[in-house]
Amino acid sequence: MDLQLLFEATVSGVLLGCFYAAVSLGLSIAFGLLDVPHIAHPAFLVLGAFGAYVLGGYGLDPLVAGLLLMPVFFVFGLAVYQFYYVTFERRGTDTGLRGLAFFFGVAFIVEVGLILAFGVDQRMVEAPYIGQSLEIGEMRLPYRMLVAFGMAVVLMVVLSTYLARTFTGRAIKAVAQDEGALRLMGVDPVRVKRIAFGIATAVTAVTGALLIIVGPVEPGLGRIYIGRTFCVVVLAGLGSVPGTIVAGLILGIAESIVLSTAGAAWAPAVSFGILLMVLAVRPAGLFGR
Amino acid sequence: MSAPLLEVQGVSKHFGGFAALTEVSVAIRPGERFGLIGPNGSGKTTLINCISGAFLNDAGAIRFDGQDISRLPAYRRTRLGIARSFQLPRPFSSMSVLENLIVPLEYVVHRGSLHTADTHGEAMEILTRIGLADKAQTRSGQLTQVDLRKLELARAMAARPRLLISDEAMAGLSGSEVDEILDILFKLNEAGITIIMIEHIMHAVMRFSERVVCLDAGRKIADGDPQDVIATPEVRKAYLGE
Amino acid sequence: MDAGTRRFIVGAIVFLALIYGLTRVVSNEYVFFAAYVVLQFIVLATAWNILGGYAGYVNFGSGAFFAVGAYTGVALFKAFEAPILVQVVAGATMSGLLGLAVGALSLRLRGIFFSIATVAVAIVIETAVVNTPYLGGAKGLPILRPAAPALFHSYLEWVFFLMAILAVIAVFCARYVETSWIGRGLRAIRDNEGAAECSGVPTLKLKLFAATLSGALMGAAGAPFAQYLSFIEPTSVFNLNYAVSALAMPIIGGMSHWMGPVIGAVLLGTVQQLVTVTISSELNVLVVGVLLVVFVVGAPDGILGLVRKLRRPRTPAASVGAKA
Repeated sequence: MDLQLLFEATVSGVLLGCFYAAVSLGLSIAFGLLDVPHIAHPAFLVLGAFGAYVLGGYGLDPLVAGLLLMPVFFVFGLAVYQFYYVTFERRGTDTGLRGLAFFFGVAFIVEVGLILAFGVDQRMVEAPYIGQSLEIGEMRLPYRMLVAFGMAVVLMVVLSTYLARTFTGRAIKAVAQDEGALRLMGVDPVRVKRIAFGIATAVTAVTGALLIIVGPVEPGLGRIYIGRTFCVVVLAGLGSVPGTIVAGLILGIAESIVLSTAGAAWAPAVSFGILLMVLAVRPAGLFGR
Repeated sequence: MSAPLLEVQGVSKHFGGFAALTEVSVAIRPGERFGLIGPNGSGKTTLINCISGAFLNDAGAIRFDGQDISRLPAYRRTRLGIARSFQLPRPFSSMSVLENLIVPLEYVVHRGSLHTADTHGEAMEILTRIGLADKAQTRSGQLTQVDLRKLELARAMAARPRLLISDEAMAGLSGSEVDEILDILFKLNEAGITIIMIEHIMHAVMRFSERVVCLDAGRKIADGDPQDVIATPEVRKAYLGE
Repeated sequence: MDAGTRRFIVGAIVFLALIYGLTRVVSNEYVFFAAYVVLQFIVLATAWNILGGYAGYVNFGSGAFFAVGAYTGVALFKAFEAPILVQVVAGATMSGLLGLAVGALSLRLRGIFFSIATVAVAIVIETAVVNTPYLGGAKGLPILRPAAPALFHSYLEWVFFLMAILAVIAVFCARYVETSWIGRGLRAIRDNEGAAECSGVPTLKLKLFAATLSGALMGAAGAPFAQYLSFIEPTSVFNLNYAVSALAMPIIGGMSHWMGPVIGAVLLGTVQQLVTVTISSELNVLVVGVLLVVFVVGAPDGILGLVRKLRRPRTPAASVGAKA
């Protein structure tokens, strides 16, 4: 294969990979740390993307829109987790199937709701950095990808620091490992989990905005991202938020190479393929607990 | 001296970087009443999980009746004659108490001959022996703690094991309830079943066991007569600290 | 053969006789279209429930299994003008193998990973079909219906009757599994897989069996699809509605008994037809999703569960003495 082509694919793969890591952050917390079968996470991403689209209609830059939506999504996440906990986790029996079906139903309702509101067409946003590219030698790096890359790095640094340095952040990591110990320290694990889920959903507001910055979005996009986000989270290893960068990069580069060799049709299958391979060979992922 | 029924040879098991068991070796004779003790986190349940097949050991071998079972899936080991109860009871909650017992009866005891078997009658007989007969039709998810523990044992009994592992069946029970469970275990042993008992209730372990092994931090630190083991300085240190 | 099975078989024969009678009497083709859809959903929902309701493993990609059956039928028809019965058997075989393959890859793992694998399979197969010109690609293929066979006015009526037979077969299989030792093993897996394994249940083998049977029945439901529509194209075959309905109907009807998926299919299928015709097809799909969530949250045992609760008077705590 053409070395130049391979190099370009790798570079754009790195940018894409960090983007994938960013959009998987919410799931890394919700599923990786909290063990919630949050199959609706990609649907929330698409919701965030459409939120940015709507606010973009008022002239707001999508990133700004995403940041503005964060508190709204935070509260939404709190509500969803509380509902999930009261309805499913507390009762004990049969939770696996019902919780999973519940989130699937939610994802489905979100998708169909968006179709009813916006139709099935693809939607895009406009921003000064969308549409133009940085040219380095013979390579063209689209600015929107660079923006997504930059935001992704910022988000991951912020989130990792939060989880490592603040009391609540460490409580969130602790609750994944030993709820009982946390309770003995006087901390309410349910409250911690609720906040964690709220944060995960708030992050989705911004990363959803990244989604529509990187490319056009239509309501059905969520399903393909189920593969990508779960691939990243599982490959990273459940519970490892920093690991999502490495996993994202692997996925991004792999997809980028497949894209330039086999074409766009097969790119979505890459994430699922990697996911299945990881589950078959090393289910704990790269850095799993 | 008869050949051991169960031989654990140099078994190790780790989870990520954490070594739950390190080169543990134990031999259990047929018909023996065997006690397994050790502070929390010492690896008792991990060892049981390796013997029953819930986990696969990373190193070493486990032999049952001379056969190496280290790589066998759990259900095969149950069919060979190893049954266990779970520390936190795991009933088949959508099924009645009776039906809970029919599962091992159908899948272990009467595998090739279902149409001729009277699983219903056999299950009732076991329930009567263990004192749950009047709750036969109760949905198992609705039982009290004591009854759940009894159901765990009954279900293990239903598999007609040669080796029964009782994992903290008496934790949190009252004095008379502990005696009830102990009584059942004694009777089972009299009928020829080898029993491994994991317990924190020391007087029960002392009364019941012919031999005791103590684990600490994944290693065996004592093996022998119950009174001797209890008196060993390492065991005292493990439980009481320096 | 016990009394219950005898009654069931008699009921099935009566049902099929009625259906056949319908084809002789009714001339409005739309009735057959609508009833076909409901019968198809009975097969899909029943098939889904064998793995989902009985064993507790949730398939999100029923559309793929359905589609594999459909496209196997199309391929055989295009290559050999294979009769529809051959298509059904082949479709069932292919989808059964797919179920086995997906199961082998993912049933050793936690339930959610099996579910994700089914999403993956759905997307991968859809991509594969759209990129295969022989099967019509994205545009689709028209399918010529053969002439009406003996005993029927039109080929459509024969396909309709065939679907009724498939529905009976599917329910018969589900009932057999449910009432046998296999069903008990699956329920043990669903209630507590670790304890089931320690009680001698070969959990992986049983799960693979359920996945294969479930897939095969879905494939059987899909095989006649092209003949029924006389056209096949990916969007209608891979319609997400199949994935959601196959899941929603057993949950709404009740997952623990074979009647549940039937009730769910008939009720929800009929509601869907009404909503699609009177309001819109997108709203129809939304209704299914909302009902799914409502039932999962509020009535997890489905309609059958609600009926059971209404019949039995409320007794506090451990209800002893209630006949099984």
